[in-house]
Amino acid sequence: MLILTCPYCGVTAEETEFHGGGEAHLKREGPGSDDAALEGYLFHRENPRGVHFERWRHVYGCGKWFHAARDTQTLEVFGTYPAQTTTPPEDLLATIRDKRPGFTWRGIS
Amino acid sequence: MSDPVALQMTAPAPVTALENARHDGPVTVAETGPWGMLTLRGDLSAAPVRSSLADATGLAMPEVRGVTVAGDRRVAWFSPDEALILVPRADLAGVRAALDGALAGQHALVADMSDARASFRISGEPAHLAEVLARLVPVDMGTFAVGELRRTRLAQVACAHWMPEEGAVELVCFRSVARYVFDLLVEAAESPRAFPA
Repeated sequence: MLILTCPYCGVTAEETEFHGGGEAHLKREGPGSDDAALEGYLFHRENPRGVHFERWRHVYGCGKWFHAARDTQTLEVFGTYPAQTTTPPEDLLATIRDKRPGFTWRGIS
Repeated sequence: MSDPVALQMTAPAPVTALENARHDGPVTVAETGPWGMLTLRGDLSAAPVRSSLADATGLAMPEVRGVTVAGDRRVAWFSPDEALILVPRADLAGVRAALDGALAGQHALVADMSDARASFRISGEPAHLAEVLARLVPVDMGTFAVGELRRTRLAQVACAHWMPEEGAVELVCFRSVARYVFDLLVEAAESPRAFPA
């Protein structure tokens, strides 16, 4: 059971109040992109054992999308942050580096 | 040929989903209404929106996850850009006109959602109410305070609840699930294990 904190309404609730939305920080490949880039955008996903970044929606609450960083092995949630960003905030990354030295995720480390 | 004026005059009075069903016991479960419900969408942290709402309803804009209660009017914080305004059905047109006027020219929307939702009130001993709700919602009712609002799931459906005062909890859910919510509340309120002697 994950315990997540919605960055918009500040509620800390268990995961049944939320809905997972897959991997975070995907960059859309639109018209003009090559086949390999589009294939990666559509199909290639991280499946790490350890640090992972995901999108979640506070579906039964305020309805907003947000991001969460967690450990898939221990279910520890490092933190959540608003959706209006393309990269995790630096202070959260510092926390994760502290707890999981040497982690890498899609070029983030 | 039907006369539109006559049709308007004979329009039936609004009824609630369960015709104000009621269950009496240690915890009373009652469907309330018909309320006038307005949804306000806009930036609730913006000062002009907040003051417009206060002018039109006479109630202060609640803080995050809060509800303001005065008599038979409520303003509930639903999300950073959504508020639910509950007033008696008779006041609906007046409050809506006042809100539309106050918000003119601002990036905000007011919609009449009175027929979209059903509302309930459960009342009794505070400890009993906490027990009833603890069976249905994933919320720590031990720390839930008067004036706090929580949108969450009640068993399997979306529902918002708050305490207008000690000894009462008010809930709103979609009208289509009113019977489900009422039956669940009654079931939880009737269970023999709910209230140890």
